[in-house]
Amino acid sequence: MFDFEAALTALTDVGLTLLVLAIAVVLIEAVLYLVLVRWRKSRMALPFMLLAPGIIAILVLYGYPLLYEFNLSFTKMNIRNFVEPGLLGLTWEGTILEGTPLAAEEDIFVGLQNYIDVFTMPVLRQTSVYQLFLQTIIWTVVNVFFHVLLGIGLALLLNRKMRGRTFYRALLILPWAIPVVASLQIWRTEFNYEFGAVNQLLGLIGLGPVPWMSDPFWNFVAMILTNIWLGVPFMMVITLGGLQAISSEYYEAAEIDGATARQSFSKITLPLLRPVLIPAILLGTFLTFNNINVPFFINAQQLETSDILVSGVYRAGIQYTRFGFGAAFAFVVFGILLLFTIWYVRQTKVLKGAYAS
Amino acid sequence: MSTMQVKELVAAGRSRRDAGLWQRTMQSPGRGKDSPLKRALIHLILIVSSIVVVYPVIRVFSTALRPGDQMLSTSLAIIPEGATLDAFHRVLFESSFPNWVFNSLVVAMGTASVGVLLAASAAYAFSRHSFRGRGVGLTSLFATQMIPGVMLIVPIFVLFVILGIVGSTRGLVLAYAVTAVPFSAWILKGYFDTVPIDLEEAARIDGCSELQSFYKVLIPLSVPALAIVFLFNFLAAWGEFFYANLIIGTNRALQTWPVGLVAFQGRYQTEWSTLSAAAIFVSVPIVILFIWISKYLVSGLTLGGVKG
Repeated sequence: MFDFEAALTALTDVGLTLLVLAIAVVLIEAVLYLVLVRWRKSRMALPFMLLAPGIIAILVLYGYPLLYEFNLSFTKMNIRNFVEPGLLGLTWEGTILEGTPLAAEEDIFVGLQNYIDVFTMPVLRQTSVYQLFLQTIIWTVVNVFFHVLLGIGLALLLNRKMRGRTFYRALLILPWAIPVVASLQIWRTEFNYEFGAVNQLLGLIGLGPVPWMSDPFWNFVAMILTNIWLGVPFMMVITLGGLQAISSEYYEAAEIDGATARQSFSKITLPLLRPVLIPAILLGTFLTFNNINVPFFINAQQLETSDILVSGVYRAGIQYTRFGFGAAFAFVVFGILLLFTIWYVRQTKVLKGAYAS
Repeated sequence: MSTMQVKELVAAGRSRRDAGLWQRTMQSPGRGKDSPLKRALIHLILIVSSIVVVYPVIRVFSTALRPGDQMLSTSLAIIPEGATLDAFHRVLFESSFPNWVFNSLVVAMGTASVGVLLAASAAYAFSRHSFRGRGVGLTSLFATQMIPGVMLIVPIFVLFVILGIVGSTRGLVLAYAVTAVPFSAWILKGYFDTVPIDLEEAARIDGCSELQSFYKVLIPLSVPALAIVFLFNFLAAWGEFFYANLIIGTNRALQTWPVGLVAFQGRYQTEWSTLSAAAIFVSVPIVILFIWISKYLVSGLTLGGVKG
């Protein structure tokens, strides 16, 4: 049944947020107008005024949380040891967990202990950071490899004159269009040992049944299969965009010069796709590395062995309520991705094009 | 400057775009003729891929139609024996599901509107101006994409406790819109870069202010990218689970559908039909929206320096 009162509450809640945001933006712009236009008479007034709301929003909702998390990572905050670490002097003791004993601020800081623990103790109940790291590498490499391979393959097939082209394209982007929580819940039921479609289809060709949900190895395989299904359309669409940006004149010229199909692919298509693919692969790596949905929902928080680093961070920090340790662990994971990104950006100069205006 | 002149400018820009002068949107694909054998092979591969994609979707429909006594069936039939719409009825009339969908819709619309406004104005500054800190700003926008979402859950929750906006959808719009801004701004900046600046310059010469040339000329010409960014922001908010789960709290009627759906899974261990019916309700509108916008999907999503 539809609860009109609750719906109205939701509507006013969101409306209120939008109103507050609008007022904040007007205030910011008014201040900037006075400072930049009236006082400094700056020629750069417009771009700064356009940038300000976004930048301030990002600083508040990325900057502050990151600082807070950094502070948290040096504490032993958990559900039983709860105290505001004192950043900016804001306290909210007792507002969140009534009746929780509050620790004194002095005994909650543990220095670098959490960071040491990440590398020397099991980060989850039984699983070490090294195992999660290895699994994350396998997870990311296998997924991105298949996303790119299948994405490029399908895009090449779709990028030609043929009947049913738009129809195929509409079907093939379905996994991207379906909300991921819904599709993952469905995939989970289809991996059911007795009643899921996957095992029944395998049975038809005389294979299986495979213990997708209970065996660590097969659970990991199930996660990867699901995520390949989910991720190919994004790569396909990006590649299709890149392919369509290649002028047909190049191919015509190559044909006149007597180039074979293989030659025009390796000498025209691939090099001209590069500026699209290089950032797409980096973005795909971020999305895969940071993908918490698939491990969380396919595995339904049962097998620790199916975790990758980010779902491990969630489990350690939030499910096992070790907030301080979880924060340190999160920074280690972030550092790993950052190191990879710096290496990748150096190798490929991926960001160079963006800076030219 | 009269509205007429602006309209003419925008129309001129559009026809230049459609002619493929700055965005090869209408570029007809492929060249030459493939041999019949090759064509058959291509269709075969595409059909097999489509089946892999569509089969799970068909299964969801058939599971949703199963009657209560056949939940645990090993049948692979597409229309199950004794098919019934009970599950759809249950979802619509015997749970808070309609409220969840309504809440998600409101949150997603709010998120997408705020996200697009913030991102478009920031992207304009990055695309059309050079200033000190521009490079750092662009790098930071990209770098935010590296931050795992789980890393920010606890601090954002704390921040919302401080602001007093937990236990409702109030904070969600804020969290979703801002986390979507960097990627959106990046996409929009890439698209703005491809729009020739001489159209805006012409508008300026005719008496538009810079701000007017932005929203009267550049914005209408960037509809494909704006539509894509709106869709992405909408989807991100529509299907998000972790923040919603923590921030909205326990009032069932105020939750969004991902939180409710996961609770379904827990409550009715074997009620796969209910789950499937709910999944269909939340997916079908989005799939239609996606396919409708998909003509923009290829041209609007500009990654890297693709210039026409």
